[in-house]
Amino acid sequence: MTPRLRRLAPQLLTLIAVIALVTAYFPSFLSVELSDGRLVGSAIDVLKRGAPVALLAVGMTLVIATRGIDLSVGAVMAICGAASAWAITSGYGLAPALAIGLGAGVLCGLWNGLLVAVFGIQPIVATLILMVGGRGIAQMITEGRILTFSHEGFAFFGAGNVLAVPTPIVIWICTGIAFGLLVRRTALGLLIESIGINRPASALAGVNARVLLIAVYVASGLCAAIAGIIVTADIRGADANNVGLWLELDAILAVVIGGTSLLGGRFSIAASLLGALIIQTIDTGILLAGFPSEFNLVIKAGLVVVILVLQSPKLSPQLSRRLKRARGTGAPRDPKEATE
Amino acid sequence: MLLTVRDLTKTFPGTLALDNVRLDLAAGEVHALLGENGAGKSTLIKCLTGVHARDSGHIELDGQPISPTSTHDAQELGIGTVYQEVNLLPNLTVAENLTFGRQPTRLGLVSGRRMRADAEEMLAGYGLDQVNVSRELGSYSVAVQQIVAIARAVALSGKVLILDEPTASLDARETETLFKVVRDLRERGLGIIFISHFLDQVFSLSDRLTVLRNGRHIVTEKTPETNRVELIHHMLGHELVAAEHRHAARKGGANLLSFKGVGRRGKIEPFDLDVRAGEVIGLAGLLGSGRTETADVLFGRTPADQGEATDDAGKLNLSTPRTAIAEGFGYAPEDRKTDGIVADLSVRENIALAFQARRGWANPIPQAEQKRLAEDYIRKLDIRTSSAEKAVGDLSGGNQQKVVLARWLAMNPRFLILDEPTRGIDVGAHAEILKLIGELTDQGMSILLISSEFDELIAASDRIIVVRDRHHVSQLVGEEIDTDRIINAIAARDDAERAMS
Amino acid sequence: MNKLMLSAAFAALSTGATAQTIGFSQIGSESGWRAAETTVTRQEAEERGIDLRFSDAQQRQENQIAAIRSFVAQGVDAILLAPVVATGWDSVLEEAQEAEIPVVLLDRRVDSSEDLYLTAVGSDLVHEGEVAGQWLADNKPEGECRVVELQGTTGSSPAIDRATGFRNALEGNDEIEIVRSQTGDFTRSGGKEVMESFLQAEGGGDNICALYAHNDDMAIGAIQAIKEAGIDPGDDILIVSIDAVPDIFLAMAEGDANATVELTPNMAGPAFDALEAYMADGTEPEKFIQTESALYTQDDDPMAEYEARKDLGY
Repeated sequence: MTPRLRRLAPQLLTLIAVIALVTAYFPSFLSVELSDGRLVGSAIDVLKRGAPVALLAVGMTLVIATRGIDLSVGAVMAICGAASAWAITSGYGLAPALAIGLGAGVLCGLWNGLLVAVFGIQPIVATLILMVGGRGIAQMITEGRILTFSHEGFAFFGAGNVLAVPTPIVIWICTGIAFGLLVRRTALGLLIESIGINRPASALAGVNARVLLIAVYVASGLCAAIAGIIVTADIRGADANNVGLWLELDAILAVVIGGTSLLGGRFSIAASLLGALIIQTIDTGILLAGFPSEFNLVIKAGLVVVILVLQSPKLSPQLSRRLKRARGTGAPRDPKEATE
Repeated sequence: MLLTVRDLTKTFPGTLALDNVRLDLAAGEVHALLGENGAGKSTLIKCLTGVHARDSGHIELDGQPISPTSTHDAQELGIGTVYQEVNLLPNLTVAENLTFGRQPTRLGLVSGRRMRADAEEMLAGYGLDQVNVSRELGSYSVAVQQIVAIARAVALSGKVLILDEPTASLDARETETLFKVVRDLRERGLGIIFISHFLDQVFSLSDRLTVLRNGRHIVTEKTPETNRVELIHHMLGHELVAAEHRHAARKGGANLLSFKGVGRRGKIEPFDLDVRAGEVIGLAGLLGSGRTETADVLFGRTPADQGEATDDAGKLNLSTPRTAIAEGFGYAPEDRKTDGIVADLSVRENIALAFQARRGWANPIPQAEQKRLAEDYIRKLDIRTSSAEKAVGDLSGGNQQKVVLARWLAMNPRFLILDEPTRGIDVGAHAEILKLIGELTDQGMSILLISSEFDELIAASDRIIVVRDRHHVSQLVGEEIDTDRIINAIAARDDAERAMS
Repeated sequence: MNKLMLSAAFAALSTGATAQTIGFSQIGSESGWRAAETTVTRQEAEERGIDLRFSDAQQRQENQIAAIRSFVAQGVDAILLAPVVATGWDSVLEEAQEAEIPVVLLDRRVDSSEDLYLTAVGSDLVHEGEVAGQWLADNKPEGECRVVELQGTTGSSPAIDRATGFRNALEGNDEIEIVRSQTGDFTRSGGKEVMESFLQAEGGGDNICALYAHNDDMAIGAIQAIKEAGIDPGDDILIVSIDAVPDIFLAMAEGDANATVELTPNMAGPAFDALEAYMADGTEPEKFIQTESALYTQDDDPMAEYEARKDLGY
């Protein structure tokens, strides 16, 4: 196994297990067919519905890698969705509407980043401000109603298709790849990890922690803006009260399932994306299974607990050792043994 | 003996924190525990109070072997601790703080009246008659809080009281009040371990003292039978074979940097310093005297608020570490774990970090080049690691230090600050690092060396600057450099004060 | 304050019984429906020549209590109260009673004794569900009909009551079966996502004959999902929902939705009528005045209904 595959193995195995579980309840889960020039199927729905959490998870991964957290992403989705819907209904046209939505996300990220990096406010407190206030801003933009529009160009980002694939899927995969390349093909990833693990030491080594911190919150705001635009375009209306509600928690959960520590440091965007897919597979699976809605949250919480316990550091070495023994590769070297 | 510690050994990953340490404490004795940072004082205390489990050795209390597993356990056994920062709850009342965890109950409910009565009884004899136990603890001065904490510890434990720098945030009058309490407790037969950096207090309060250095027991003496100069000797150490002085290497290179009136309020008084190419400047002084503070100001970690730094080309910008690095400075800080290494990153990434930060995020060092760089320094500095991809946190202290050095050598700085580069590392690595310092200066690099170990300073430095009370007080050059002169310069304060009073 | 009371009393004396002053303590503007209620109340007051004193409590009971005390002090003729919570109203209602000012509750009820207020105007949530169910029973295509249900937020009283009412109306009807029921949280995106899964689970939608949504917003989201699945909402799948917000009339005009049951924002009209009768000859109204749960279909000129509603603040 390459190191990268080994890093993603727990998430991949979990995703496969969850898919197997859902398929047991709903046998046609994985069947995909082409109808009217677009792909249709539950698996496609998972990929499409998972777009907001996947996008948020990309930004959240970077923020959490710096030992921060961004609670405001749900509210930022509402702001950006409202801002772009307002632009569309005011007749500004597609490109300006997108620019306004994305710009609003960047501004929100800049605000969070300044509070955290310049004023030294704890991330959870700094982003809580926008989490609470942001939805109010979005409601001011929509004047409290659902700002409905009919603009096929804009709706394309939520409900359209690119070569038979729903647009949201294309967007989140491209965003994930773009951010993945950005952090790993440049030195950003290393520098972000280093300030997350040890900010004083990194600062003494000349790492510009302040600029990097602002940058990750801006990235998170930008991802939230894309997610907000997708959701708004999908329902052809900006629903300031409900867009992105509680999604920040799903995004954090996706990052945690993806194996990035809330204490910062090593991160993997791909693993967080797998985490988002795991969560969405559970959500969609519950809907498909046809349980009464009272059970939704309990089932989801139960599965998440099982996943996190299986991935916990206490359990996983034993598990992987057992797996390896089963495969006949012998006991792995204990990392401690290598210490002189 | 009330408390006996024998052959206590404790290791942390990569560090030998305590090496066969011993300690005796008699009932009715105040025993001072002395040592510089990293000497092992706090590890010893933590082993006694159950915070850490020891690797080996014996602890006996009243002749019975004990192995406390938690602070609570240690309290039950009779060992109570009061820390520098009062670890009580300021928003509860004095009475609640005193009885916390064992409030008197009546019919299953906490009885306020009995709690207050208990509390007043506990405070009796501490001279705190004016304290109302129903008021919030936080409304009283730190000294009163400190005494309340002592009263609680004594009431809970009753045999051994450990005071960990209790006077650090007290003024002179408050300190005297506290000392009176401590002396009373001594009369009552408690054994008291007293940790302080203030030698005056050690001499005024303690009956005996023990000095630790680098995790080893150095000496235990009756306090009246020693003196300040001897103590400093013990704390800073010169037990290595008197190393050869580097007179020969001093070749008076061209002036490289000059600092005029550089200082920072509350950290270090303004000083002048000229740095010549290829020389090693040693910085000697006690902990907190301005050694590390000088380095922090020079490197822009706590930037100077006065004075200026120049080189041939003009003024230098030393406002942040980033700008200092851009001026060709490097800094391997004293606390390797918190300020030096980035533990979860690999050896390769740690070595490349400063260089990468200098190049900017958009200009990554190719993997192959990082690898070459890492392999290069692993070989040159003999860093013992199974691979360049191993996390630095898993290496031993000496190898971690070499990684931090490699990080700066990769930058090829013209001025390198090394704060305690050999602390807590084994003798072999120690010698290698000193040798490296020599080689680097031969190549023209200038080095500021901060060390608690005089022999090391004497062996490596071309001249030594002594700091005391946040002042650069004297400079020793060439033949003047010897242990006695350094110690006299450090201890001078005491004599001056005595002369004044 | 004295001056105010004097002037209020003077105004009442000089203009006679026709020009009333009525205080209205509104909860806030947390939803589009709430905003519409405020707008409609103002319109109704204006039509009747009533001087309406409006107070927005911003979701806080203490603000409402303060507003009622201030209305009492001003000596208004009557008070309309849309209570934010059910409990804690006794003393302030007693104060109003002592001042002989009748209080009418709008939309929500309180736990206080019935003697303390004149009447309560509101909608019957169960009845709304029954109207929707009855429409489906009357309009379903021939033969068996498999219905999917988008429920409101799990555990909320509209979700429980609207589900109950719908089932009441279908009781004994063997041809209609509710095959899937899941919460869409009263939101458009929730409705769309859950509808997508319903379509997947029910053979791409071929097996679904009708959708019942607990509110219009979920229905609007579901309509988009149905369209995207290549099915014709309003034709292949009948759509019935509740609330009668403006956007559902647009969908009806386009033939995408079939019917909606109105939760009228006009609670003030019946309230003013009751007050008028009470003041004229002391007629005691019923303690609960149920507003009409009117049914609207594609035959009711949906564009006109849309135009009439779109500026109410929904």
